[in-house]
Amino acid sequence: MSGLARSAARRAAVAAVIIVLCVWAAQGIRLDIQRIGRGLPAIVNIFALMVPDRQWLWPAIEAMGETLAIALIGTTIGALAAVPVAFLAARNVVVYRAAAAVGRQVSNAIRAFPELVLGVFFVASYGPGAAAGALAIGVHSIGMLARLYADIIENVDPGPAEALLAAGATRLQVFRFAILPQVLPEFIATALYRFEINLRSANVLGLVGAGGIGVVLLQALTLRRWGVVGACLLVIIAAVSAVDYGSAWLRRRLV
Amino acid sequence: MTPRSTASAPRELGPRRLKLLWLIAGIAVALVYALSARATEFNLWIVLRDGDMFLQLIREMVPSTKERWLHLLTHYLPRLKQPFLQTAQIAMLGTAGGAVLSVPLVLLASRNVTPHPAVYVIAKALMNLIRTIPDLLYAAIFVAAVGVGPLSGVLALTVFSTAVLAKLASESVEAVDPGPLEAIRAAGGTSLQVLRHGVAPQVAPLFWSHCLYVFEVNIRASTVLGLVGAGGIGQQLQLMLSLFQYENAFVIILVTFLLVVAIDFVAGRIRERLV
Repeated sequence: MSGLARSAARRAAVAAVIIVLCVWAAQGIRLDIQRIGRGLPAIVNIFALMVPDRQWLWPAIEAMGETLAIALIGTTIGALAAVPVAFLAARNVVVYRAAAAVGRQVSNAIRAFPELVLGVFFVASYGPGAAAGALAIGVHSIGMLARLYADIIENVDPGPAEALLAAGATRLQVFRFAILPQVLPEFIATALYRFEINLRSANVLGLVGAGGIGVVLLQALTLRRWGVVGACLLVIIAAVSAVDYGSAWLRRRLV
Repeated sequence: MTPRSTASAPRELGPRRLKLLWLIAGIAVALVYALSARATEFNLWIVLRDGDMFLQLIREMVPSTKERWLHLLTHYLPRLKQPFLQTAQIAMLGTAGGAVLSVPLVLLASRNVTPHPAVYVIAKALMNLIRTIPDLLYAAIFVAAVGVGPLSGVLALTVFSTAVLAKLASESVEAVDPGPLEAIRAAGGTSLQVLRHGVAPQVAPLFWSHCLYVFEVNIRASTVLGLVGAGGIGQQLQLMLSLFQYENAFVIILVTFLLVVAIDFVAGRIRERLV
């Protein structure tokens, strides 16, 4: 009974801390419930104005084509660059023992770096456009993909590799005929999953000038052309849903 | 072969047709890549050739002398306290708003407690629809609708967190042990009592863990919300970049990075203990 009372007291304490933190946060950003209450109809009104503008559907679809291309090129850069990092980071490959730790840390560090900031950098150094977006996505993807790839490599069945080694195969042959066939489908499935994430990022990257539909959307937002905003959102929802669905279907067949 | 085994085996393709299929797939993939490279004007050669422009940018960002470092850390770093606190506040309020709003949505969107199958389908579809649009796009929309500032960030994170939490939590609710629920119903409990004493105790730890996860995601998002005008440290970063104050921008990025790593670490530890 005292245990129950103690856990109830602890729960109340945690709840109190959360409430105090939220009140502090609300005061910090000067959140005014009354103002939100008054503003809510205006927000609802704007969302109601977002009826897709038919004339802008085709331009939006064209821009979405560019966004898809950004995501594809970016994912491919990430997927290719992640392979060597992953083999360094996998604990069962061990080229140098320290390399595994370094590889893991490098992939963690890249992951913690927001791709929007990378996008700003690449736009600043390469100029605005889709290429900067593809680079930002590519570099950011290396982090997560390398980590997941390393996990895949660590789960490889050592049997075939040992058999080939015993039969006198070279290291390259072992890699080609024992390791690669095991990891490749999973590598591709993981890259496909990353492509789904990257398509969402590619939509956002346009907001910092890195090409694609985000650029159109940003212009429409600054000019308050809500019909154009609606057309962009419609195309984004359709494309993201289609890619999620298609990629899930492909992944199920691959693994 | 017996008829049974042919029925269960996948349709066999002859080696020639299989080769042809691979060829077509290969050409299709090559074509998609060629089109994508043209659309993005992506050229690896140019990327490498102009790589020194990127390195130049980095050189301008990283303070070169010890005095510059000292100056930045003593004079500029303290000024960042307020924007960083605001970032945390945005993430906190966005998560809290999402947690509160997700509860009714979860009850509608879980197959085993939904009041009606049609409601379930609609709620689930709504959840998926909201999640197809990234949080930063919501932020840009709210900035256009209600103006530049942290409120837009909070609203954006609230909308997105609601959908993410509702999805995660509804999966937890659908996985609860039905035994206690049936027992309460058999004893004449109302559906409110079933939720309160049957579902909630089973789901609560998972729900808190999901909330922490969403908080992590929101912290990451809120560090860059400012780049689209939705408050927090990102707004300071954008200001510094537009003023070409690259050393200041570097300090912001460095601190953001450390903050994200630290919060990932702490939240990961807490979640381990929760579940």
